[in-house]
Amino acid sequence: MYQAIVFLPLLGAVFAGFFGRFVGPRACEVVTTTLLFIACFLAWLAFYQVAIGGHDVRIELLGWIHSGELKTYWSLRVDTLTAVMLVVVTTVSSLVHLYSFGYMDEDPHKERFFAYLSLFTFAMLALVTSDDLLQLYFGWEGVGLASYLLIGFWYKKPSANAAAIKAFIVNRVGDFGFALGIFAIFVLFGTVQYDPIFASAPDQVAKTMDFLGYQVPALDLICFLLFMGAMGKSAQFLLHTWLPDAMEGPTPVSALIHAATMVTAGVFMVARFSPLFELAPYALAFVAIIGATSAFFAATAAVVQTDIKRTIAYSTCSQLGYMFAAEGVGAFGAGMFHLFTHANFKALLFLCAGAVTHTLADNRDMRRMGGLRKLMPFTWAMMLIGSLALTAFPLTSGFVSKDYIIETTWFDHTTVGLYTYWMTLIAAFLTSLYTWRLMFMTFEGNFRGGKQAQDHVHDAPWTMGVPMTVLAAGALFAGLAFRHLFIGADEASFWRDSIALQEPAHHDVPFWLTISPTLGMVIGFLIAWYCYMWQPLLPFALLKRFPAVNRFFLNAWYFDALYDFLFVRPAKRLGYILWKVGDGTIIDGIGPDGVAARVIDITNRVVKLQTGYIYHYAFIMLIGVALLITYFIFTGGGLAP
Amino acid sequence: MTVGLTHYLTVAAVLFTIGIFGIFLNRKNVIVILMSIELMLLAVNINFVAFSAFHGDLVGQVFTMIVLTVAAAEAAIGLALVVVYFRNRGTIDVAEIDLLKG
Amino acid sequence: MMLSALFFYLFAIMCVGAGFMVVAARNPVHAVLFLILAFFNAAGLFVLLGAEFLAMILVVVYVGAVLVLFLFVVMMLDVDFAELRAGFLKYLPIGVTIGLLLLVELIFVVGAWITAPTVFIDVPTPAPAQVSNTQALGEILYTRYVYLFEVAGLILLVAMVGAIVLTLHHKRDVRRQSVAAQVGRTREMAVEVVQVETGRGLK
Repeated sequence: MYQAIVFLPLLGAVFAGFFGRFVGPRACEVVTTTLLFIACFLAWLAFYQVAIGGHDVRIELLGWIHSGELKTYWSLRVDTLTAVMLVVVTTVSSLVHLYSFGYMDEDPHKERFFAYLSLFTFAMLALVTSDDLLQLYFGWEGVGLASYLLIGFWYKKPSANAAAIKAFIVNRVGDFGFALGIFAIFVLFGTVQYDPIFASAPDQVAKTMDFLGYQVPALDLICFLLFMGAMGKSAQFLLHTWLPDAMEGPTPVSALIHAATMVTAGVFMVARFSPLFELAPYALAFVAIIGATSAFFAATAAVVQTDIKRTIAYSTCSQLGYMFAAEGVGAFGAGMFHLFTHANFKALLFLCAGAVTHTLADNRDMRRMGGLRKLMPFTWAMMLIGSLALTAFPLTSGFVSKDYIIETTWFDHTTVGLYTYWMTLIAAFLTSLYTWRLMFMTFEGNFRGGKQAQDHVHDAPWTMGVPMTVLAAGALFAGLAFRHLFIGADEASFWRDSIALQEPAHHDVPFWLTISPTLGMVIGFLIAWYCYMWQPLLPFALLKRFPAVNRFFLNAWYFDALYDFLFVRPAKRLGYILWKVGDGTIIDGIGPDGVAARVIDITNRVVKLQTGYIYHYAFIMLIGVALLITYFIFTGGGLAP
Repeated sequence: MTVGLTHYLTVAAVLFTIGIFGIFLNRKNVIVILMSIELMLLAVNINFVAFSAFHGDLVGQVFTMIVLTVAAAEAAIGLALVVVYFRNRGTIDVAEIDLLKG
Repeated sequence: MMLSALFFYLFAIMCVGAGFMVVAARNPVHAVLFLILAFFNAAGLFVLLGAEFLAMILVVVYVGAVLVLFLFVVMMLDVDFAELRAGFLKYLPIGVTIGLLLLVELIFVVGAWITAPTVFIDVPTPAPAQVSNTQALGEILYTRYVYLFEVAGLILLVAMVGAIVLTLHHKRDVRRQSVAAQVGRTREMAVEVVQVETGRGLK
C-alpha cells in the first residue's frame, strides 16, 4: 500500500508524459487525477494506521549505493511525520489536479502539465518517505526540477523562462549548503541513514569540526548547513528572491508547489532532523531568527503589492517564517501543525485567486479589479474563508496554529525568543492588513477593469469549485479537529519519536498573551477597512506622498537589485569573458582556428615555390647538382683515393 | 704544351655549362631550350670520344652513336611538341607556360 | 704536333664561342645557325681524336637532319623576337654565379683526375691497330652490341610514329581522295536521269 502511495503518481506522470500524445489530453487528465485520488485515499488510510494507530512502517525497496562505508537504500519510512506530509501532499495535489481540469481548459499542452504535476508529486513523496539523506536529496532535487519545469511551463514567455531559471539557481545555492551538510554528516557519523544518526547524535555533542580553518561545533555546523538548504527551498529571508517571480507559472502550480508542498519541504526537513537541531543551540537560534525575520519582512512587502498572486506569494513566505520560528524555539510539533493548516488555506487562497484571474483573462493587477463580490459570490465566499483562516480569526484553523506559535515564542525566555515574539506579532498585524486589503480591492467597490472585461466575468465551474470547497472545510475545521493530536493532549502518543518533543512549556498562558495576536488582527482589519472602503483615495494619496517608501517595500527591500548587482552581473560578465576571450580567443585561437590559420599561412607561402615556369625548375635542379658535386668533392664520393 | 685529355674535358665542361645557362637564362623561346639540350648532349659526346681515344677503348664511340640516335629522336619529338603547343596557344613564350602554377 | 695543338685550340675556341652565341643570339634563326657552326667544330675535334666516322655522322645526320629540322620549325613558328631579351638581365647575376661555380668544380675534378693504371691494361674493346675507325666500329657494333643497335632502331621508330601522331591533323575543309570509295562507286550513285523540258533547264 505504501509503495502505491508513492508510485501511483509516478505512473501517472509516465503515462501522461510519454503516451500523452497518443491518448489525448482528456485521458491524461482523468488518468492522472484518478491515480492521485487513489493515492490520497491510501494516504489517509496510512495516516490512520501509522499516526493514530501507532504502527510505524519501514519498507526497503532496493539497494542503491554500497561503497566502502557508504550504504544507502531506496526505502520507504512511514512514521507520524511522514504520514502527516503524505496526507498534505496527496490531498492538495489531487485537489489541484481536479482544479486544473477547469483552469487549464483552453491550454494546448495539458498532457505535459499533468505529467509534470504528477512528477512533482512523486518527487515530493519520495522526499518525505526517505529513510536516508540521499533519497531525501533525490526528492529535494526532483521537486526543484519539477518546480523549474512548471514555473517555465509557458516556455514561450521570456519572463517565465527567467523566473524558472532564477528559482532553480537560488534553490541551487541552498542545495549547495545542503550537500555540504550531508557530507559533514557522513564525515562525522559515518552513515547517512536516519536511525543510526539520531541514535548516535547525543554522543557527538562536544565534537568540533574544521571549517575554513576554524574549529566549530560539529552539530551546529551540520544543522546550519542543512538549514541553508531549507532556506533556499522554503524561500526564507536572504534566499527568498525566487518565490515572487515564481508566480509566472500557472496558478495550480502556485497552489500546489509554492503554498502547500515544495516550500514546506524545508520545514519538514528541519522537523525530521529535530533530534539533531535540539542538540545544536546556535543553529536552532539561527533558524528562529531567520524565520521571524522572514515573517516580518515578507509581510511588509505584501502590503504594497499590486499583483494579487504576488501578495499571496509573499504571504506564503511570511507564513513559512512562522513555521521556522516555531521550530527555532523548539516547538517542532507546532511548526508542523501550522504547515498542516497553512496548506489548506493558502492553497485555497491561490485557487480562488486563480479563479479570479482566469475569468479576468489572466489580469492579475488588483487595481483593475473590484466589485467582484456580486459577480462571483461563490469565489468570494471561499476567499473569505481563506482570509479568515490566514488572519487567524478566532476558531479557524489558522487561529489555532498561528496564535499557538506566537504564544510559544513568548515562552522561550531568551533574546532570540523575544525577538521572534515581536516579529511574529507585528507580522500578524501586517498579515491582517494585507489580506483584508486584498479582499477589499478585489471584491468590494466598483469594477475598475473596463466594461468588456466585466461582461466576461463568471463564477468558477464545478471542477474548480469542489477543490475550493474541500479546502475551505479544512481551513475552517482542521485546526480544531486535529489540535489535540499535533499540539494538544495527545501530542506525545501522536508524534512518538518522529520528532523531538519538548516538555509542554505552554502552561499558564496569561490572557494578554492570548489576546495580542487577535488584537493585531483586528487593528489590521480596521485600518484596511478605513483605507479601502471608507476613504479609498487615502492609499493613493499616501503613495504620492511617500513614493520612495512604497518602492522600497514593493521591491522587497531591494534584495533582488542587491543580488543582481553583487552576484548576477559579475557572474554574467565573467561568463561572457570566459566565453568570448577564454574560449573564443585563447582556446580556439591556439587550438583549431589557430592551427588552421597557421597551416593556411604557411601553405600560401610555400605555394609560391610552384611558379609553373620551367626555367625556375631547371634552375633549382642546377643548384641541386652544384650542391651534389660540391658534396662529392669534399667527401670523395665514397671512392678509394 | 701537348693537348691532353684534360683539355678536351675542359672544352666539354664549358659547353655543358653554356647549355645549362641556355635553359634557365632564356625567357622567351622554347626552341632555345631544345637547342641548349643539344649543346649539352654534344658536350657529353665530346667527353665520351675523348675518353675512348685516350683509353683506347671503342665502347665510348659506340655509346656516342647511341647518344646521337637518342638525341635525334628526342629533338624530333620535342619539336613536334613545340609545334602542337604553338598551334594551341599561339605563342612559344616560355614565360607564358605557367599552367602548372600552384 | 704543334699543328694539331693549333687546330685543337682553333676548333675549341670556335666551338665554345658558337655555343655561347646560340644562347645569346636574339634572332632564333641565328641561334640555329650558330648551333650548326658549333657542331661543325665539334666534328673537327672528333677528327683530331681519331674518331672520323663519328665526325662524319655528326655532320651528316645531326647537322644535316636534326638541325635543319630545327631551322624548319623556327621558321615555321611565327616567333616575334622583338622583346625576346626581357627578364634576361634580372636573373643573370645569380645564374652566372651558380653556373661558374659548376664549371669551376667540373674543371677542378677533371684536373685532379688520375686514371688508375690498371684501366689501360684490361680494355674491353681495344682499338685494332691496322683497321680504319669505321671498320673497327662496325666490327664491334654488329657483333657485341647488336642489341643496343636494334633498340636504337626501335627508338627511332617510336620517335617517328610519335612525331606523326602529335603533329598530323586533318584540316576539315581539305578534300581528300579515297581510292576505295572511287572504285566502289555504282551507277546509281553516279548517274541520275532527268527529263528536262526544253528551255527550262535543271532546277
